[in-house]
Amino acid sequence: MTATTDPVARNEWIAAGWLGQIAPGASHDTMILGQPIRITRTGEDSYRISEIGEDGSEGRELPIQTRYTCIFTTLGDPTRPLPEIHEFDEADRVVVGCGNVGVNTSPYRLVENFLDMAHFSFIHVDTLGATDKTEVLAYRTEHRKDVDEIWAVDCTFFQPAASKAVKGGQMTRYLYRVMSPFSVMLYKNISEDSDRNDAICVFIQPLTETRCLAYMPMAIVDNENTAADIADFQQSIFLQDRVILENQRPALLPLDPTYELPTRADASSIAFRRWLKAMDIRFGIYEKQAA
Amino acid sequence: MKITLYDYSLSGSCYKVRLMLGFLGLEYERRQVDFYPGRQHKTPGFLAINPLGQLPVLEDNGLVLRDAQAILCHLANKYDGDGTWLPRDPASFGPVMMWLMFAGGELMAASSARLHDVMSYDLDIEAARKSARSAFRVLDDHLTHREIDGGTWIMGDHPTVADLACFPYVALSGDGGIGHEEYPAIRNWLREFRKLPGFHAMSGISEYV
Repeated sequence: MTATTDPVARNEWIAAGWLGQIAPGASHDTMILGQPIRITRTGEDSYRISEIGEDGSEGRELPIQTRYTCIFTTLGDPTRPLPEIHEFDEADRVVVGCGNVGVNTSPYRLVENFLDMAHFSFIHVDTLGATDKTEVLAYRTEHRKDVDEIWAVDCTFFQPAASKAVKGGQMTRYLYRVMSPFSVMLYKNISEDSDRNDAICVFIQPLTETRCLAYMPMAIVDNENTAADIADFQQSIFLQDRVILENQRPALLPLDPTYELPTRADASSIAFRRWLKAMDIRFGIYEKQAA
Repeated sequence: MKITLYDYSLSGSCYKVRLMLGFLGLEYERRQVDFYPGRQHKTPGFLAINPLGQLPVLEDNGLVLRDAQAILCHLANKYDGDGTWLPRDPASFGPVMMWLMFAGGELMAASSARLHDVMSYDLDIEAARKSARSAFRVLDDHLTHREIDGGTWIMGDHPTVADLACFPYVALSGDGGIGHEEYPAIRNWLREFRKLPGFHAMSGISEYV
């Protein structure tokens, strides 16, 4: 596809690489929102990102931020900053990046899968859910207007193994936070201390409307397992989701509320779709075909 | 007796060995290798264990083995008292070896397609999918003949290391954009394999329900 003209999508910060992906002095060609770009690692901690023109030459230089183990850039003029996630600044946490994983669907299907608790008992059997405990208890959603984010609060779900560190089943409390159309995260209580919740993000790089790379930076409280163990756990969970994601039709997200019928457990997805509709985003959205 | 497996959960080749260990009821210690994104299998520390820089590696009482197919044969040879996983009779041994090599050879194109789609490996994805489909065609034709003869497995009347070695990357091919629609005999065989006592799934493959 050619680069999107949708100003809403163009004005978001988008993950385009992970720290350590590119060797110093080397460059890596990729794509965001249909626009080919080149990321060059100019020094140990410095990068340059340029658009690649049709003739293969480097064109306009793009803004860069490196945070949360990722390299972020944008095609436009961001209206919101990168989210603040203070858990990544706590020195005693294990911060794991997990590289990126390719998924052939639209970015919003990824966000919705991440928000969804109803699939735990069927897709993540014996880890995030148990086949005999499938109920999604009522939770609340909020549009936090001061930061323009969607939150889902008071979420609880029974989990046989909520993380690599947990031994035995527990009722896990979740907080979900959608920070942009292309970024979502959750906080989950692994210990009793709610200030020490695990923070798990998904930053999505939409290559095109239906091809994405997903980055999963995490800031985890875990004194026993290595970063590799924690990444292995998270990647195993994500590759279970990936099968489901790639089989959802249409791949593009319908915003017409009559197109897909939600249940009460989908409250966070309903809030997310309303929010997308209100911001009038067009990229990756399923347009109703004229009859 | 102490068995150690250098393992990565998402590796279909490691999964072959985990399945074999499970079917034989063997206890083992797992050493996590950060295959992606860490590429730990290409670091000097791991190359000292396997100079080819590949997973899996199995340590069994000081014996260090690489290559999933070789490891399957070792485990079956040493620990399968019934000898069913690795048949020694002259009529079966050759065909089982033939399909075992096929699993480590032609079928690995399906693994390449998966590495491309999931972990952004830079390779010719269309060529990989084409090769994988050709290999699936050969396996599906063979399994169709077996069905006509009243058989379920690749060779003989019980599963062997050949079935086990072929299973993971065929079952996981959807991860690389290769569906099973054109391979009805493969679909039947996958279903039967998932019903085996001691079978366990991995990400991308569901338990039999």
